[in-house]
Amino acid sequence: MSGYFKDLFGGTKSLAVGLGITFRYMCKPVVTLQYPHESLKMTPRYRGHIELVGDEETGLPKCVVCGMCQKTCPSNCITLAGEKTEGAKTKSLTMYTLDFTKCSLCGQCVESCKFGAIDFSKDYNLAGPRKEAFIFDLLKRLEEKS
Amino acid sequence: MIPLPETRRVFTPFIIPSLIALPVAGFGLYALWPLLPLDLWRVIIALIALIAFAAGNAAYLVWLERKVCAHIQCRIGPKEVGPFGLLQPLADGIKLMTKQLIVPKGVDPLLFKVAPLLVLVPAVMSFVTIPFSETLVARNIDIGLLMIFAFASVNVMGLLLGGWGSANKYAVISAARAVSQNVAYEIPMLITVITMVMITHTLNLRDIVLQQSGNMFDWYVFRFSASPLLWMSFLIFFVCSLAETNRAPFDLGEAESELIAGFHTEYSGMGFGVFFMGEYANIVIGCGLTSILFLGGWQCPFGLWPGWWWFLAKIYFLIFCVMWIRWTYPRTTLWGLLNLSWKVLIPLALINLLLTGGWLKFWPMLMGAQ
Repeated sequence: MSGYFKDLFGGTKSLAVGLGITFRYMCKPVVTLQYPHESLKMTPRYRGHIELVGDEETGLPKCVVCGMCQKTCPSNCITLAGEKTEGAKTKSLTMYTLDFTKCSLCGQCVESCKFGAIDFSKDYNLAGPRKEAFIFDLLKRLEEKS
Repeated sequence: MIPLPETRRVFTPFIIPSLIALPVAGFGLYALWPLLPLDLWRVIIALIALIAFAAGNAAYLVWLERKVCAHIQCRIGPKEVGPFGLLQPLADGIKLMTKQLIVPKGVDPLLFKVAPLLVLVPAVMSFVTIPFSETLVARNIDIGLLMIFAFASVNVMGLLLGGWGSANKYAVISAARAVSQNVAYEIPMLITVITMVMITHTLNLRDIVLQQSGNMFDWYVFRFSASPLLWMSFLIFFVCSLAETNRAPFDLGEAESELIAGFHTEYSGMGFGVFFMGEYANIVIGCGLTSILFLGGWQCPFGLWPGWWWFLAKIYFLIFCVMWIRWTYPRTTLWGLLNLSWKVLIPLALINLLLTGGWLKFWPMLMGAQ
């Protein structure tokens, strides 16, 4: 019988404590982000799809078309081409496409690049109507950015 | 391709008939004006107003519920449709009304269609006797309290028939749960009401509120001279009204995780909408009855300007508490629910009844002896 009353009073008390907790939370500020209107800045180590890094002064790609990224990519996502222009020491990039439909974000390409010419982007809300929307022209992207 | 299950599809965008029906009904009322006695008109107009009140409450209580739940979970809730999401109920209503009513094959056609009305109509009828203020009451009946409880038990019938008529195993399980729950909780609730009637000597809701006029300490919940145990009656009554209206933590009838949506699994469009309206109307009635019996109805806590606004304020405060409780506690198990009723609430209600009877008998004698 004493257990019955102990349960009754203990239970009632715990219910009151629960109500108190939810009331406190109700008065707390909102923690959610209103997504389409606001979005988070991604952390530095976030791995989006890769993108070309431009030279700080000229804005042109740092890439020297050595082709290491293309060779090291296990899924053959990367296709690039370049040409030698008059007077320049290195080749310059004419095309760089990334087939993001096959990319698994392993990061081998970024690691293999000795010139720091590719890096992960911070894009995280990618969406497209067709598969072809995910074949990115990274050179065009860099030009648009600069 | 897997063939879709065969259903009888009834395309009824509710909005078109209602657009036609409203002017027709309006004209009909205008034409009938001289033909019917004024007393009947009072009831008809009150009923229309009460249906509008019930529907408006259902719409905006959903909005309030979503807001309360959102803030308890540190979110914002509806905010896109209109300022503070205030037009969200309108959008939801239009969505429900334009949706197709699907009547699955194999259901009991009559019961399936009647069940939502059996939930809504008694709820709206109960509003008839609820006094919003001293003069604002559709029909002041001497047995108002009894009438409300009579209609409240029809509500269970609606749930049972809806579940049974759906020919769906989840709906049947849910209906069986709803019945066992309502039967279990009607007993302590009615015992508590008997306790109250012993104190008030009347079943007339208006008279019960008039007895509590004055300030806060004339309300029955705080009036210790009437009986020192009235706060216990209040708690028992409130818990039972939560269970009677199938609200969390007693919403076993619609346990989503086990029973999909309970008795209204098979309902779509406005069939579901009517169930929903009935449910919210029942919550309003439960809270209204609690505030009439214990919190002094339309009386002001400080004895100033009594009126319907105090009644509505009390109702909405209680409804807020109901929502607060819903978003605090998890759903109970069925045996937990029945144990609470049979092992805790019924014994407490009976002891309360006995002690109150004793108090009413002996307290005046003791006071008279001095």
